[in-house]
Amino acid sequence: MFQYYLDLAARSLRRNKALTALMVLAIALGIGASITTLTVLHVLSGDPLPGRSGVIYYPQIDPQDLRGMSPSKEPPSQLTLIDGMNLLHAARADRQALMKGGEVPIQPEQSALDPFYVDARYTTADFFAMFGTPFRFGHAWSAADDEAKARQVVISRDLDEKLFGGANSVGRTLRISGTAFQIVGVLDHWQPNPHFYDLNTGSYAAGEQVFLPLQTMIDLHLSRDGSNDCWGNGGGGTDTLLPADTCVWLQFWVQLDSPAKVEAYRQFLVHYSQEQKALGRFQRPPNVRLRSLMQWLDYNGVVPDDVRLQTWLAFGFLAVCLVNTVGLMLAKFMRRAGELGVRRALGASRRSLFAQLLVEAGVVGLVGGVGGAVLALGGLWLVRQRSSDYASLAHLDPSMLLTTFVLALGATLLAGLLPAWRACQVAPALQLKSH
Amino acid sequence: MDILPILSTLRRHKLTAGLLVMQIALTCAIVCNAVFLIGQRLQRMDLPSGVAEHELLQIQVADVVKSGNPYARVQEDLALLRQVPGVQSVAFSNQVPFGGSSSNGNVLLDPNQPQRTLNATTYFGQNLVPTMGVQMVAGRDLQDDDFVDVDTALKGLKTGDTKSLPHVTLITRDMAERLWPGQNPLGRLIYLTPTVGLRVVGVMASLVRPNAYDANTAQYTMVIPLRMGADRGMSYVIRARPQDRASVLAAALAALRKADPQRIVTTQRSFDEVRRHFFRDDRAMAGILVGVIAALLVVTALGIVGLASFWVAQRRRTIGVRRALGATRSDVLHYFQTENFLLATIGIGLGMVLAYGINLFLMQHYELPRLPAIYFPVGAVALWLIGQVAVLGPALRAAAVPPVVATRAG
Repeated sequence: MFQYYLDLAARSLRRNKALTALMVLAIALGIGASITTLTVLHVLSGDPLPGRSGVIYYPQIDPQDLRGMSPSKEPPSQLTLIDGMNLLHAARADRQALMKGGEVPIQPEQSALDPFYVDARYTTADFFAMFGTPFRFGHAWSAADDEAKARQVVISRDLDEKLFGGANSVGRTLRISGTAFQIVGVLDHWQPNPHFYDLNTGSYAAGEQVFLPLQTMIDLHLSRDGSNDCWGNGGGGTDTLLPADTCVWLQFWVQLDSPAKVEAYRQFLVHYSQEQKALGRFQRPPNVRLRSLMQWLDYNGVVPDDVRLQTWLAFGFLAVCLVNTVGLMLAKFMRRAGELGVRRALGASRRSLFAQLLVEAGVVGLVGGVGGAVLALGGLWLVRQRSSDYASLAHLDPSMLLTTFVLALGATLLAGLLPAWRACQVAPALQLKSH
Repeated sequence: MDILPILSTLRRHKLTAGLLVMQIALTCAIVCNAVFLIGQRLQRMDLPSGVAEHELLQIQVADVVKSGNPYARVQEDLALLRQVPGVQSVAFSNQVPFGGSSSNGNVLLDPNQPQRTLNATTYFGQNLVPTMGVQMVAGRDLQDDDFVDVDTALKGLKTGDTKSLPHVTLITRDMAERLWPGQNPLGRLIYLTPTVGLRVVGVMASLVRPNAYDANTAQYTMVIPLRMGADRGMSYVIRARPQDRASVLAAALAALRKADPQRIVTTQRSFDEVRRHFFRDDRAMAGILVGVIAALLVVTALGIVGLASFWVAQRRRTIGVRRALGATRSDVLHYFQTENFLLATIGIGLGMVLAYGINLFLMQHYELPRLPAIYFPVGAVALWLIGQVAVLGPALRAAAVPPVVATRAG
């Protein structure tokens, strides 16, 4: 039966090519626009650490003075160096890492390559295990190396390929900002999107090429990037001068493996704040937050407003295309009142006519879906030509491709319901008489 | 043209007519809001900078290995750049208008007030005002003896030694007006921290923030007499005649490289590029909106063509009868044109209400202002035009129906 309906649908669609083409075009345009924007939204609001993000948390405490305090205010989004080191050394979480972004000059040994700058992350040993970074060669440095301000570095696969042709470079020397570092690890491709652990150095498509101990950065006065907020008499610092004690400029992440540990850590942050207040360092009552990774991204509104707006716009467009299709389909089905009347008179039930018309709508939806997928690929290509930092990420993945067809088919069937129902209401006798 | 017969015909085609009205309403509502959004973006991209944008160049250099005294280094570089043919003026700045990354401070009028008065961006560097072409409207520019080295100032801040801190500042007219409405700002004190009081010695007409995301606060700007050492984040700002910029940039880079071949140039661009880069997302969004409007109007026009053709085909016999009874071709043509005009008008009416609703939603979620009434006619005119253009073909076909059709069956 289904095949028969398909055959009928094909015949009918061929009979009035212009109308069919209009319907397919409308569906394809609507679906193409919606899928393009949905894909961008899907990529930008994705989970940067699938499988791990549930146990990664971002603690916040409030070390500011009383000026500008109000009970509803959020604590600062970063930590001072003192608090960062205190929380790191307290080691109350399953894993913890303190970090800061920067940019460092690399001086290749090969004279063929000019010195160049790369993005750097200054952090502590747990960073790699906590975020599950894949290692191609070697391993992370240890907590002891952190304290020893070790001249050790983990590099990205890209940098390894650029400098060493992709060979195992563990044990070799890398000159960074005039100092010799020993390479201890080479990461495999790793670029979490969004760049959750430090949104101040770019939210998307921002990946560091070298990772080295935070204490080493402080020791060598390597240059820092990202946000730095001060209060009181705090000064921001220069390359040779660290920011003042009344400045927050470090990110701190922890891994907490169970809800009980999350609660315990929250308590610890409150206790820590009380203790610091008793010591006279903190002035405000404890004001702590402990957001999970995805909550942190949400809180920071990391997906650009424009992208959300574009998605609304695309769905508005799809709605217009669908109303358009409903109208055209109605015209098409009503035109065939005679044919449908004959089928009714020959014994076809309303239900089977309805099914037949819906199959026809479905065929339009599928063809429109193919067109929509092609248009979406074109749309995403256009998005990638833009200079926004997230542009390079806009690719159609299998799940979005499936969504394309589900959306196209679903939308067209929905659009076909009303015209099909209306067309089934024909009185067989009347139609036969007038023809 | 009598519209009553048209209305009575439409009443018998409620569903199709309703769908067409709905499509026109949706299109009208989206077009109104999209045009409004485009206007917003264009307005934002026009934000004035207060500097001579077409005459400026930005260069950033970074050392591979830190060498020597960074303050002396800057003075050497500035002397070098001044020698480059075509260079009119050179400055060394911590940030540039529309450059993105910025240094900001909280401004207090009284060192003991609990909440900040406003947040202003802070430009540092010598010779900024003449080089960038900033207009002074009152008072004086900063002088050499106002300036303090950043490292000295930061140490002074830490130790509480206020003598090693800068004492004066320039502010913009907008900021002065916000701090002391209608009063003379010259000689007044503002505080960046409870111990750093800066006396206003000059007022600038305009100097935009590097991170001018909000037009209301885009002009809250101070220039503070701090001297910086060579550092990767700082910029050499060069002024030259617009037509000389390309050659000056090349010559300036060559001079810097010659002085130290080990240095890496990280940024080299004209201020036109700085502005283009800063507003790239706005430009892209405006482009997308134009594309959506075009696509919407095309889809709606095609929908009207499709439905009108269907109607004409369905009413061939009626048209024939009317022609046989004496209606002229232009009567038939006008009939379909008027019908479309009626449908479009109903659609536009509904569309206005919908446009207002969409605007309310956008105001809530995307901090957009209210849709000005001026945008409503834009959507209306667009849809009336589209409707008439789209219906013309089918209407002409209807007008071509010969009266003889009336005598045929079917």
